[in-house]
Amino acid sequence: MEKFTLRDKAAIVGIGETEYSKNSRMSNLALLLQAATRAIEDAGLTPKDIDVVIPAMHVIPFEELAVNLGIEDLKYAVTTHMGGASAVASLESAAMAVAAGIATNILCVTGWNGYSAMRASAIGQAGDASASAMPMLSPMPKLRDFEMPYGVFVPAQWYAPMAMRHMHEYGTTSRQLGAVAVACRKHAQLNERAMMRGRAMTIEDHQNSRMIVTPFHLFDCCLESDGAAAVVVTAAERAAAMRHRPVYIMGVAEGHPVPVDQIAARPDMFQIGLSYAAPRAFAMAGLTPKDIDVAEIYDCFTWVVICQLEALGFCNRGEGGHFVEGGRIVLGGELPINTHGGLLSQAHVLGMNHIVEAVRQLRGDAGAAQVKDAEIALVTGWGDLGDGSIAILRR
Amino acid sequence: MAQYIKPLPQITAETREFWEGCKRHELLIQRCKDCGVYRHYPRLMCPKCGSWNVEWVKVGGRGKVYTWTVAVQPFHPGFFEDVPYAVVIVELEEGVRMVSNIVDCAPEEIYIGMPVEVVFDDVTEEVTLPRFRTA
Ligand SMILES: [Zn+2]
Repeated sequence: MEKFTLRDKAAIVGIGETEYSKNSRMSNLALLLQAATRAIEDAGLTPKDIDVVIPAMHVIPFEELAVNLGIEDLKYAVTTHMGGASAVASLESAAMAVAAGIATNILCVTGWNGYSAMRASAIGQAGDASASAMPMLSPMPKLRDFEMPYGVFVPAQWYAPMAMRHMHEYGTTSRQLGAVAVACRKHAQLNERAMMRGRAMTIEDHQNSRMIVTPFHLFDCCLESDGAAAVVVTAAERAAAMRHRPVYIMGVAEGHPVPVDQIAARPDMFQIGLSYAAPRAFAMAGLTPKDIDVAEIYDCFTWVVICQLEALGFCNRGEGGHFVEGGRIVLGGELPINTHGGLLSQAHVLGMNHIVEAVRQLRGDAGAAQVKDAEIALVTGWGDLGDGSIAILRR
Repeated sequence: MAQYIKPLPQITAETREFWEGCKRHELLIQRCKDCGVYRHYPRLMCPKCGSWNVEWVKVGGRGKVYTWTVAVQPFHPGFFEDVPYAVVIVELEEGVRMVSNIVDCAPEEIYIGMPVEVVFDDVTEEVTLPRFRTA
């Protein structure tokens, strides 16, 4: 019997985004519904055509989305719980639902008032004792009991010790981290939907930005944003007849490090979720890193991009810092990354914007940031202490 | 004692012996009674062999800094007075690692591989936190 595969079974046929801002004046639910209805319209469908809803991360329960959209026969509902890896992981669930014949048109959606309702950066300054660092996310019990008492509260503090260890073992430098931030900011200048458009950044600006948690300067940390984004996935055989050029899911996978709930205990801290997921996704797609034309790499912090480039096999372990230097990851370079500006300079909507940008690149709709003749795109997610997800997409 | 406004651990059935050991100024680490592997955080089952048989071993509390970071910006009102403060991951001689703080040196003096030993900080009447000093 031929081995079952998700390769090319599903395609992304609709994309939608809200405005990205620091003050949406909309509820989380309204943001998600606006992105969802835009993605459904972009696909040339109506909400009644949707039969699966996959919220990436539990910001809004699927029930509220389904009821507002007027879905009459919801055949499957699941929520991906991988923090920033949830958006790309939702593509995996979507492809499975399509390939299994369970469903026809799947809505993957996420977003939040990540600035106006959370204000992680403002809490420290304003002294709002009523707000925990991430009020929407109840802390994992072991973090609450064994790390928060020592002053560990925010994702920057989870990943900073990994980055410090990487610097120690491999000589990775702050300027190399800065190269990621500068590349994303450069691309944001080309994107009218990027929050940091019009605010150029040099490597010196990065070096001079205030320290948050060593080794992360302010400009190593992603934006906090209000906004939402969504995609519609459908069966490959239906996709060709739809409004836009379909973007096929060639390979998709998720992975989880061990132990999954504790960074400190991992024998090898750089064996992340993506280290497990990437070989599975490349094997499914029948491709290697050399085949990738453009990559949208989850960038909650600059260093996690470097760590993921190593796990993806674009370079060897320890060489990620060197890899990102010299313009290699900038448009026109060998591997343009985060052509929309990323979480670092477009907006932080949990990486769904990375999928949206990959689709634009493969449709040829990326405007000034278009990678010429882009045929194969790669998208990753990273979240929840190093969970990883990856999708390899083709036009 | 001044009011303690930093977060405290919630003591659960799974972790009670660890925190009770700390109150007695003993560092107790779980060891699987079937395969002998140490583990921390406390767990109900052995991730190596699946055994539920576990003993709590009083360990020496000596180890080395595996990695570390300094919080320059505070993220919680309880730490406004503390910044910049270091958070370290200590690897104990028994092989397990734990997140903690160093009590007796400035953040800039910490380095990977620095020898440390446990000290006990009675932060409230109910809770004692294991921290580390240079050794
Ligand atoms: Zn065992």
